[in-house]
Amino acid sequence: MLEIKDLHVSIQGKEILKGLNLSVKPGEVHAIMGPNGTGKSTLANVITGRDIYDNISGEIIYKGKDLMEMAIEDRAREGIFLSFQYPVEIPGVSITNFMRAALDEIYLYKGKKPLSGGEFLKYFNEKKQLVEMTANLANRSVNEGFSGGEKKKNEIFQMAMLNPDLAILDETDSGLDIDALRIVANGVNKLRTSENATIVITHYQRLLDYIVPDFVHVLYGGKIVKTGGKELAFELEEKGYEWIKDHADIEL
Amino acid sequence: MMENYQNLKQLFDGFFNQHINNETDSPVSLSVRKGALEDFYRMGFPTNKIEKWRKTKLKDVLDLPYTINTIDRLRTQEQKSIFECEINNLDTDLFSLLNGWFETSKTTLPQGVIVCSIREAEKKYPELFSKYFDRMASDRSNGLIALNSAIYSDGYFVYVPDNVACERTIQIVNVINATSRIFVNTRNMVIVGKNASLSLVHCDDSLSSFGSFVNNVSEFFVDEGSQLDFYKMQNKDEKATVITHNFVEQQRDTNTHANTITFNGGLIRNDTRVKLAGQGANADVMGLYLVDREQFVDNQVKIDHAVSDCTSNQLFKGIVDENGRAIFNGHILVQQDAQRTAAYQSNNNIQLTDTASIDTHPFLEIYADDVKCSHGATVGQLDEDALFYMMQRGICERNARMLLMFSFAGQVIDHIKIPAIKHRISELVSRRLKGELSACESCELNCENPDSVMTFEIDMSKI
Repeated sequence: MLEIKDLHVSIQGKEILKGLNLSVKPGEVHAIMGPNGTGKSTLANVITGRDIYDNISGEIIYKGKDLMEMAIEDRAREGIFLSFQYPVEIPGVSITNFMRAALDEIYLYKGKKPLSGGEFLKYFNEKKQLVEMTANLANRSVNEGFSGGEKKKNEIFQMAMLNPDLAILDETDSGLDIDALRIVANGVNKLRTSENATIVITHYQRLLDYIVPDFVHVLYGGKIVKTGGKELAFELEEKGYEWIKDHADIEL
Repeated sequence: MMENYQNLKQLFDGFFNQHINNETDSPVSLSVRKGALEDFYRMGFPTNKIEKWRKTKLKDVLDLPYTINTIDRLRTQEQKSIFECEINNLDTDLFSLLNGWFETSKTTLPQGVIVCSIREAEKKYPELFSKYFDRMASDRSNGLIALNSAIYSDGYFVYVPDNVACERTIQIVNVINATSRIFVNTRNMVIVGKNASLSLVHCDDSLSSFGSFVNNVSEFFVDEGSQLDFYKMQNKDEKATVITHNFVEQQRDTNTHANTITFNGGLIRNDTRVKLAGQGANADVMGLYLVDREQFVDNQVKIDHAVSDCTSNQLFKGIVDENGRAIFNGHILVQQDAQRTAAYQSNNNIQLTDTASIDTHPFLEIYADDVKCSHGATVGQLDEDALFYMMQRGICERNARMLLMFSFAGQVIDHIKIPAIKHRISELVSRRLKGELSACESCELNCENPDSVMTFEIDMSKI
């Protein structure tokens, strides 16, 4: 589904990603772990098409297409979803209108007839229950005045609405208490199928108790330096990132 | 002061001599008119030397050749249909002004409410007229107010008696449809009696493309315990100049809500001056302006807190594109006795291009000590983070920008109290932002156009 080969990315003359490789297949959950400032969020931004980098080289193939050639919104319409580390507040736009606008465009892009008002509302309410979202949240402006937990819940709600093929969860656990973490993780798990894939970007192992990964990658110094199963996350948690310096699969 | 405008002077003198005399006018208005004409010739048109007119250049439009609105009185059958203006689901009593003349014959409404020509009111209701006429506009702070007081052709007069809640919205369409570039002075007067209420919609439209100069002065008197909602929609052609002075006087425990939505126009200036003359009065003065191409929109507000325990709230928002220019000048005056005043002001702008220009000037003048005042002005671009966020959800950039602009504008529209007007204005704003609403071809405000050329349409009302 996603093949990243030798990805180099720099911003303001500073190289952040230095030859990253990653392969994700349908049905898989990949965790990307690593200390702060190693390029985890950069990876998410580059996949989704955020245009803030000076130089991007390498290859990102998604569903057989060159992702670099695709517009931001087309990547989204092709099923790439990013749960933002810092969801943006959009005053004056309700979540309902926001999701309606997004779904309409995705349907039109796929040559399908957009949902009618009634169909949309039914679908909306179904998905709301999935993430245990309260009614009043849905009528409020997108993320405006939301708590950290509400914002993350809202991201997963949007994920449920848009039903992506490739979901990237960027530090979805940050700022969540244990109950919110459980709800968010449950939502993600319910959305998992053999057809879709998830990339979980996280700092801590905690989230991986709830969303169990097939692969754990350690991103360090702009490269993936170690890949293993879910047990690698425990090892990291226990031994810290310093440990990785001595046990990397590749030269640092 | 009129050396440079000899042609206009001739026009004004001609109008005065031909249309204003002992028969047409009562001694009250005649004496006001004569004095005002002298005032005007002494003051002339406002120039850039006056601080409040520093950025509003009238000279270019005044240098154009004009005729005056004496000849266009006749209304054709064709024009009649234009006035069948509809706001969906809103039952309004509709009146019209054409080229500065009041056009509607039906003038009496249930509950003793009067809507008629100001010239007719002068004769039929001399007591009301002489009590209120020129009471506030006698503040001749610029020549245009004097000119209007001297040679106004006509205008509307609205009176709501004491203890009457005027149920239906009164809508007045002020249309210019002439065969040449025309100079029009209209004078309006609105009186809301004690414990009464009125909602009034005023539409400034133009149908002809010859250009026009509309110099409009309105006086609003809101008596104790009353409520006035005043909505103004401006959709003018790009050769149109509209200078409006709205004077509002509020007595004890009154509430006014004024909301001016400017969709299109050439040179538009709205000057609103509110005097809070009785305790417990509240004034909301709001506006939204959508400016592009070479359009110029200038909003001037002055709220005079003359007594204690009053509140005022100014909220103006604008989106300025291409070479458009916008000015906001908001003045809050809190007089010495006006303790426990709460006065707020906010002006937010989105500047879409480098060539668009926005000037915003908050001005607080406070002489009392127990006062809550705030002001804030912003000029910014659309939030890039928000755009990316929306595009990441599959929304194209154009629609993402549209949604952001619509939500920005929505913060003014949300204050509109009558749902049908709110819905109609939302719809028009959305069309204007998509570039579908222009004043170039026809009077768009009046026509219903359910066929949208867009494949994508967010109907904010149906969700």
